[in-house]
Amino acid sequence: MFNPTVARLTYRALLGRRRALILCVLPALLLVVAAAVRAMNGADDAVTSQLLGGFALATLVPLIGVIAGTGAIGPEIDDGSVVYLLSKPVRRSTVIVTKLIVATGVTAVFSAVPVLIAGFVLNGNSQQLAVAYALAAVVASVAYSALFLLLGTVSRHAVVLGLVYALIWEALIGSLVEGAKTLSVQQWALALAEKVAGSGADVDSSVGLPVALVLIVVVTVGGTVLAGQKLRSLTLAAEE
Amino acid sequence: MSPDRTPAHTTSPHAVPGQAAPGQWEQSGSAGAAGRGQDVIHNIGYRGYEGPRLGRGYARRALFTQALRGAYGLGRSAKSKVLPMLLFATMCVPAALVVAIAVFAKSKDLQVTYSEYVLLMQPIIGIYLAAAAPQAFSLDLRFRTTPLYFSRPLTRGDYVAAKYAALTAALFVFTAVPLLIMYVGALLAKLGVAHQTEKFAQGLVFCALFALLHAAIAAWIAALTPRRGFGVAAIIVAITVPYFLVSALQGIAATTDKNTAIGWLGVGSPGTLLDGVQSKFLGGPSGFPAAQTLDAAQGAVYLVVLVALLACFTTLLLRRYRKAGL
Repeated sequence: MFNPTVARLTYRALLGRRRALILCVLPALLLVVAAAVRAMNGADDAVTSQLLGGFALATLVPLIGVIAGTGAIGPEIDDGSVVYLLSKPVRRSTVIVTKLIVATGVTAVFSAVPVLIAGFVLNGNSQQLAVAYALAAVVASVAYSALFLLLGTVSRHAVVLGLVYALIWEALIGSLVEGAKTLSVQQWALALAEKVAGSGADVDSSVGLPVALVLIVVVTVGGTVLAGQKLRSLTLAAEE
Repeated sequence: MSPDRTPAHTTSPHAVPGQAAPGQWEQSGSAGAAGRGQDVIHNIGYRGYEGPRLGRGYARRALFTQALRGAYGLGRSAKSKVLPMLLFATMCVPAALVVAIAVFAKSKDLQVTYSEYVLLMQPIIGIYLAAAAPQAFSLDLRFRTTPLYFSRPLTRGDYVAAKYAALTAALFVFTAVPLLIMYVGALLAKLGVAHQTEKFAQGLVFCALFALLHAAIAAWIAALTPRRGFGVAAIIVAITVPYFLVSALQGIAATTDKNTAIGWLGVGSPGTLLDGVQSKFLGGPSGFPAAQTLDAAQGAVYLVVLVALLACFTTLLLRRYRKAGL
């Protein structure tokens, strides 16, 4: 279920040339801001939670997830070079699983690690906040990668659709309509953070932990299976 | 020996190389009478174009219209009309709702002012921009059509100006039409013509500033990459991440009672920069935490930064096309 060659190609498509730099900008920004806030305000649990929850988990993780998840397969389908990959004797599900593993790894490295460091910089892991948010970021990056990889196989506008989900559904509608939060990867990840973080830290999710875990597994497995099915019957459309 | 010596060719005063050139051609005997055709090896009958040339201005206008229509999916496949039109509808429907609420609540004014509405809808505008800018810029690089454009009388400046103007116009239409809906609705609901007209005019100025700045940023980013997906993601990142970041920092500054810092922090992102400009100069309400407004020095800095950003990004865009490699 894992093909090293496909993994290497995907890795190079994601991080080759200048793309790694683009992906580095966001985590670097988070670390700079964390250092600045610590210097301005000193250690403060509420501010840490605000910055890691409101900025890191709400924008950083989904954006990196969109770039890595759709970037793992979207450009190949877009320029037609996926044909050369599909004509090799490799199972389509293997291709998808390999790409998912690479995309998840990239998302986790570029989001969870900076979140952990930022958490330590902001308040020195008091109330387990740094670990809690880093774990949440790892779990979210698995679900986001599977979701956006599926989008990448389904639509040419995968990046736009992914951004619509991440920014409009989770940020805008999620803050207005309470029920929309049940279907939000961010809230599922927050449920885990709530469990790990100390009771004094006000990390709260609108979804219970068991529900959140079940939904994460369903989305990840379901997304991967569907993407494999879609890749089995892929038709290459002409350029519009 | 040319079978197609048409009258048009023989009587044509142009391009008779045999008469002008010295040497061997003159010695080909029946020079004057035979005219053109005998002195070339193969003449398969291609004719030069001798009609009017429409010139640079026409090419510029054509490129502008094509890019503007393309930004809304007009003249493209049905599938590519879906996204812009859906976003445009999402942009217009809440404007109608604002009017409807004002009518049913019998209030004296609209609940949301014109410039505030544009700022509220920033996520939608951002996504529209991220979809439209690579369509206008990246695809020409990807399919290598830029050399074809530049082999015409069109210059580099013309190409950039036409595309940038088209993107700005598309964004202006995208933001101004909902405001027009609100304005017409407000007039029909008899909410005070003078007041509404003043606010609407200020709102239109704000739309123009918003479109100019955002189109410049998005156009430059889109022109850097031939891949549409990366362009879309990079534009969204460049527009939303600084905005969320500055808003989060302003929130922290507000909770620690550093109110002047809120104003200075606002320079850090296009969205908050424009928010500050509209609350200071265009009579809109401030979207900053604690409704913080700018003092005179901050206002001046905001305007200078706005102009500097515009100049910087348009220059960068123009420089990008000095060497149109990938």
